[in-house]
Amino acid sequence: MRTQATVLFDAPGPRARRNILLSNAAALVVVLVIVVLVLIQLNEQDQLAPEKWANALNANAWANYYLPGLKFTLQASGIAVVTAMVFGLIFGFMRLAPFGPIRWIAGVVVEFFRAVPVLVMMFFLYFFFSRIVAPSGLIASADAAYYGVIVGLTVYNGAVIAELVRSGVKSLPKGQREAAAAVGMTNNQSLRLVEVPQALTAMLPSLLSQFVVIIKDSALGYLIGFYELLQYSRQLGSGYSNILQTLVVAALIFIVINFILTWLASKLAGRLSSRTGGDTAPVTSTTMGPALSVR
Amino acid sequence: MNGFLELFAEYDIIGAFWMNIRLTILAAIGSFALGTVLAVFRISPVGSLRAIGTSYVNVVRNTPLTIIMVLGVLAVWGQLKITFSSDFELNFFIYAVIALSIYHAAFVCEAIRSGVNTVPQGQAEAARAIGLSFLPAARVVVLPQALRGAITPLGNTLIALTKNTTVAAAASVAEASGLMKTMIEFNPNLMVSIFLTIAIGFCIIVIPMGLLTTWLSDKLAVAR
Repeated sequence: MRTQATVLFDAPGPRARRNILLSNAAALVVVLVIVVLVLIQLNEQDQLAPEKWANALNANAWANYYLPGLKFTLQASGIAVVTAMVFGLIFGFMRLAPFGPIRWIAGVVVEFFRAVPVLVMMFFLYFFFSRIVAPSGLIASADAAYYGVIVGLTVYNGAVIAELVRSGVKSLPKGQREAAAAVGMTNNQSLRLVEVPQALTAMLPSLLSQFVVIIKDSALGYLIGFYELLQYSRQLGSGYSNILQTLVVAALIFIVINFILTWLASKLAGRLSSRTGGDTAPVTSTTMGPALSVR
Repeated sequence: MNGFLELFAEYDIIGAFWMNIRLTILAAIGSFALGTVLAVFRISPVGSLRAIGTSYVNVVRNTPLTIIMVLGVLAVWGQLKITFSSDFELNFFIYAVIALSIYHAAFVCEAIRSGVNTVPQGQAEAARAIGLSFLPAARVVVLPQALRGAITPLGNTLIALTKNTTVAAAASVAEASGLMKTMIEFNPNLMVSIFLTIAIGFCIIVIPMGLLTTWLSDKLAVAR
C-alpha cells in the first residue's frame, strides 16, 4: 500500500507542502470541533460524571461483568471456530468430489447457509433448541441461546470456510495435481495429501480473519438473550445507569481483541507465503458477508 | 402445513422484506458516500487525512455491528437524547440507516482501496504528466478505474449489507428477522416452514445480487 500511495502524488514542492500543512491544520480543527461538540453533548446530558465512568471501569465491573461476558464470547466463538472448520472441511471436500450429485448437494447447502443472515439462523435455532430440543431433555432450556449462537455461527462460517477450501484448492498451480497423478495417486489421495494441505496453509490467515468475523457475530447472541460481553455490559449499564460508558468499554474490548487478530493474520500471511503454492493474503471480509468473491 | 397459508394474510411478510430493502438502499448510498471519502483520505498526500481514514477503518471494522446499533439506540438516543424525528418508528429507522452506513463505510473504503491497487502506476503518472493535481487526477483518472476494479468487493459488501439489515431488529425496526421471531413465537408448530419462508426470501434477494456482481465485474473490467 505504501508504495502505491506514494505513486499517486509527487514528492511535494514548496506550494504543495504549504497546501498539505494547511490541510493538516484544517483536518485538525475539524476533528477538534467534533470532539468538542461530542463532549458538550455528553456534558449536557451529564454523561461525563466521574462516577459513571468509574462504575464502568472499576474492579466490580471487570470481575463480575466484562470478564465473565468475555469468557462466554470467547468460549462460544472458540467452539464455533473449531466446529465451523470441521463443517467447512467436510463440505469443501464434498464440493470437490468427482461424483456430481454430492457436489450439487454440497453446493446447495453451502449457498443456502451463506445467503441466510446469521441473525435469522440464530432466531430460528434459538426457538428450535428451546421449544423442541430442550423439552426432550437433551439440553437445559437455559442453554438454548448458547447452542443457538454456536450452531448459527458454525453453519454460516462453515459454509464460508467450505468456499475457502474449494477456492484454495482451485487457486493452486495445476502442476500440483498433475504431479500427484504422475506418481500414481488417486483423485482422493491427491486432494487429501497434496492439494488440501497446501490450500489449508494458504487459508490460515483467512481463517484467522474468519475468527474475527465469528467474534463479531457472536455479539448477535445478545438479541436471543445469550449472556455474552454485550449482554453483560448492558446489564451493568442498566444497573448503574451508565449504559453509554459500559457499551463504549465493551466496544473497546472487542476492538482490541479483533485488532490483534487482524494484525496476526497479516503477519502470518507474510510468513506462510513461502510454504504453499496458494495465495496467502487474508481475505478481508465483512461480517455475515461472503469472504471471497461470490462464486 | 395447516394454517401456513393464513400466516401470509395475518403477517405482512412482503412489507417486512420491503423494509430490509429500503434499509439496504439508503445505507448503501450512505456507506458508499462515506466510504469513498474515506478511501480518498487514505490515498491522499495529506498525512492527517490518511491517519483519519486508517483509524476509522481499523476501529469500525473491528467493532461488532450489533454494538454500533445498540450504542446508537441505547446510548445516543437513550442517554444523549439525540432525536432525528418526532415519529418514533422513523427515528429508529434513521438510527438503523446511520449505524449500517457507519459500519459498512469501512468495508466500502477497503473495497475501493483494493480497486485503487488494480490501477497501474502509469495511469497516475500520466495524469500528473498532463498537469492534473491530486484531486482532479483522483476524480477523473484513478477513481473511475478503481471503482470498476472494485466491483467484486463492493458487490460483496452490498450483499453483506443486505443481510446485515436484519441487525436493525436491535433498533426495533419492523423488518424480516424480527417478524420471523414474532411469527414463530405465536406459531411454534409452524417453526420450520416460517424459517424456510424467510430464509428463501433472503436467498431470492441475495443470490441474484451475487450473480449480478460476477456478471458486472466481468463486463466492466478495465481491459489491460
